[in-house]
Amino acid sequence: MKNSIIILMAVLALAASSCGGSGSTTGRQKEVTLSAAGATFPQPFYNLAFKKYNEAGGPLISYGGIGSGGGIKSLRDQIVDFAATDAYLSDEELAEMPGEVVHIPTCIGAVVIAFNIPGVTELKLTPELLEGIFLGNIKMWNDAQILAVNPGLVIPDMEITVVYRSDGSGTTYIFSDYMTKVSSLWNEQLGTGKALNWPSGIGAKGNPGVAGTIKQSEGSIGYLGFEYAFAQQIPMARIMNSSGFFIEPTLDSFTAAAAAEIPSDTRVMITNSPNPSAYPITSFTWIIMYRELAYGRHSRDAAEAAVSTVKWLTGEEAQAIATSVHYAALPQNAALQAAELLKGITYEGQPVLK
Amino acid sequence: MSGDRITKGLLFLSSLTILLLSAGIVVSLLGGALPAFREFGLRFIISPAWNPTAGSEEYGAMSFIAGTVITSILALIICIPMAFSTSLFIAEYFRGTRTSGILRSLVDLLAGIPSIVYGFWGFYALRPLLVATGLTDQGFGVFTASLVLAIMIVPYATSLSAEIISMVPAELKEAAYSLGATRREVIFSVVIPSARSGIIASFILALGRALGETMAVTMLIGNANVIPKGLFAPGNTMASVIANQFGEASGLKMSALIAVGLLLFLITALVNYLGKLIIKRFA
Repeated sequence: MKNSIIILMAVLALAASSCGGSGSTTGRQKEVTLSAAGATFPQPFYNLAFKKYNEAGGPLISYGGIGSGGGIKSLRDQIVDFAATDAYLSDEELAEMPGEVVHIPTCIGAVVIAFNIPGVTELKLTPELLEGIFLGNIKMWNDAQILAVNPGLVIPDMEITVVYRSDGSGTTYIFSDYMTKVSSLWNEQLGTGKALNWPSGIGAKGNPGVAGTIKQSEGSIGYLGFEYAFAQQIPMARIMNSSGFFIEPTLDSFTAAAAAEIPSDTRVMITNSPNPSAYPITSFTWIIMYRELAYGRHSRDAAEAAVSTVKWLTGEEAQAIATSVHYAALPQNAALQAAELLKGITYEGQPVLK
Repeated sequence: MSGDRITKGLLFLSSLTILLLSAGIVVSLLGGALPAFREFGLRFIISPAWNPTAGSEEYGAMSFIAGTVITSILALIICIPMAFSTSLFIAEYFRGTRTSGILRSLVDLLAGIPSIVYGFWGFYALRPLLVATGLTDQGFGVFTASLVLAIMIVPYATSLSAEIISMVPAELKEAAYSLGATRREVIFSVVIPSARSGIIASFILALGRALGETMAVTMLIGNANVIPKGLFAPGNTMASVIANQFGEASGLKMSALIAVGLLLFLITALVNYLGKLIIKRFA
């Protein structure tokens, strides 16, 4: 993953330097450079997708993984062509934007519960156990409540160390949104947010930091983006969903979570899905852009390139790239809705997509 | 003569730039911190609360002030014997020998290692070692962070102290030797007293660096936003919380982080001022 980022940066640098010289005639239709910024959660997907799109003749896109909050700020200041966020904008945030903002879901990410218990590779957790462990009320791995859900499991007499994100993050937001839905105690004590007032445990920076800390610390448990746990081969717990099934985190069980009714602006959290085959801690991740793209000195070329990029991102080809880097593809209903929303994006009142 | 005037003008301009820069930093920190202080008043400084959940937002800097002060002082305490003896070794006992030359370059090498590398070393090498001693469960906490901080500031304190010690006039030492003093006596009754203020200054500079250190601390301290409950308990420092949280911060939280930055600025300034006072008293 890191290598590909470095390579991408090198490619960007090369492309940028070569752009400066030529300018007039190149093989490509138009030399448009787009800038985008935001969430780090889907960054591995975006980096790869944008690179492939550029190789196939699309615009050059530089994506800054500065966090969802930074992305929203950048879009508000109109310094990016589009932004990316893991948490949809609240009504207040929408009201603060200088123009109407459209949310386009691009893929589904899941937050998994990864653990490091010597000799244990499979663990089943219920919402009650998650509440007890993450609020610090269940302190030992061989607690009777854990054993009751995992009969026959040989689990050592070891203290539980909770690992959480020390930085504000969409991952924390998704996990806490789920916990708030399933636990009233959680709702009272911590609530939902990108950063929380954790009662116990240790914080690590970024998904890679959490993955590394769990891997290095026996007796630890934490939440992190699926692709990071998958890449580091850290065991992940099966979580009991709203229908009472213990669901393994897989791309199919993530996509299943989004197969329900989605509001027309796609601003919805799909955690704790009612679908019996759905993994419960999942979320859309969105690209956000203005509905009317003629603002400031934003050119028509840039507007067209931005919309076609996002359209491509929600299409089949890019969705296949998403699954190759362990993000779940959009289900059909969400993909259709994304396409519908993109048709409504205009430049000087005229739809950008023909 | 005009060459002189040009030089004078240039020097004046560059010092003015420094002045404007510092003033600008203070002004923007104050401006950014204002909403947090308006909301919480002086309670911001003494409250250990840090609750970013929307609706029940409450911010206080005490946990981070405590974390910063404890780790830095602890690092300084660990650093003093190491740096002090190494600098004596380099600049007095083995002065001018090849051993001292090698040691000096090694110390300089330590100073050149980036903070993140110290963090990695602490995370993958030192922490498991501490866990193996059985003193701590996971190895994250104030003590681990302080230990790595101490190692990070040793080269600064050592280089500076060695420089100061080697500047003690040879006549002084020769006079003491001629009176029959042993090497130990010369060091403790001549070299150290005459280099005292410089040595103290070097440790204060090292402390200043420890106060602001970010990456290595963030990787090892456990990032729990509470006042550390013990030496081996997790905590957080001012620099570390800013680095961790400002990416996704906005509104009141952003202001609270800037306010933490302002307090860190003030604490560092205070330490430097105290350092100057101490130097004045002993010099």
